[in-house]
Amino acid sequence: MDASNYLYISALLFTIGAVGVVVRRNAIVVFMCIELMLNAANLAFVTFSRINGNLDGQVMAFFTMVVAACEVVVGLAIIVTIYRSRRSASVDDASLLKR
Amino acid sequence: MQLALEVGQTAKPEAVMFWILGPMAVIAALGMLLVKKAVHSAILMAFVMVVLAIFYIAQDAVFLGIVQVVVYTGAVMMLFLFILMLVGVDSSDSLTETIAGLRPIAITAAAGFGGLMVALLGRATLGRDAIGLSAANADGNVEGIAVALFSRYVFPFEVVSALLISAAMGAMVLAHTQRTKARPTQRQLSIDRFRGTSLASAAGLPGPGVYARHNAVDVPALLPDGTPAPTSVNASLEARGDMLDYKSFDLSEVNTQIEEEK
Repeated sequence: MDASNYLYISALLFTIGAVGVVVRRNAIVVFMCIELMLNAANLAFVTFSRINGNLDGQVMAFFTMVVAACEVVVGLAIIVTIYRSRRSASVDDASLLKR
Repeated sequence: MQLALEVGQTAKPEAVMFWILGPMAVIAALGMLLVKKAVHSAILMAFVMVVLAIFYIAQDAVFLGIVQVVVYTGAVMMLFLFILMLVGVDSSDSLTETIAGLRPIAITAAAGFGGLMVALLGRATLGRDAIGLSAANADGNVEGIAVALFSRYVFPFEVVSALLISAAMGAMVLAHTQRTKARPTQRQLSIDRFRGTSLASAAGLPGPGVYARHNAVDVPALLPDGTPAPTSVNASLEARGDMLDYKSFDLSEVNTQIEEEK
């Protein structure tokens, strides 16, 4: 099987995640779509690691996972803080700078 | 030669696995965008992550596959569900478009972007066969990653550990709330209740469904004058739309004639 099939699916998942970030309003769903994009990038890293025959891609995917974990922790804390003050998890409601 | 033979032998089962799980992952990811409830999105996301873990293991990235299951589907998705339960359901779950014309623009842009990515990635291998990781994984996948991580990548590894600590600190700072006023005493709470604006809730709110037709939590209680009390039903049930219509329980609407059962 051609390894670039994995690259295609990675591109597809990344695109779906990007659409989700733009279209959905619930901050938590938006956040999950960002996670989907990171995961898609990881799949591309692992596939390139296999295509090139060295483990650097896998180490890079490992670092991406750590950064994603940090991002989830801080991001969810921000969502909870916004929810506490505005009673809403909608990204449309957080428009203080606009008014 | 040995490598090529090995790749050839594993090609068939891997292709079967890929063509079953790949479309399922894409459908689940699309479902994430289309389902209304955030909890369903989270479940579909967990499914996509498990499929990706299987893909990692199929591509000789055993360590990453296990880490994917433990860290992502285990820790990260659990954190997501935890926050979902904490924040609860609200109007942001709805799929209505708030910015006019956003959806067609997003889909057009995504189609263009996805086409570009697929066209680019199709050329990424330059027509060569994959080298495979049999040589790199000769001492084992975990050992190979460990050698890379603690020799060439030791500085990024340390930086990432600093990042993790900062993230933990940041989350604690964000989650910590400082009390700006003194905590009200029991005496103060009691005074507020009886000397406050309304005596209606002085004795506490009625429980749901106590005098109603059904003894259920989604049925509002009837007050002594026969009017239903919507405040007796839990607010989260009301937000979810699970409360029965309280007007139908008004005594002037209900037929109080007792029918004899035969």
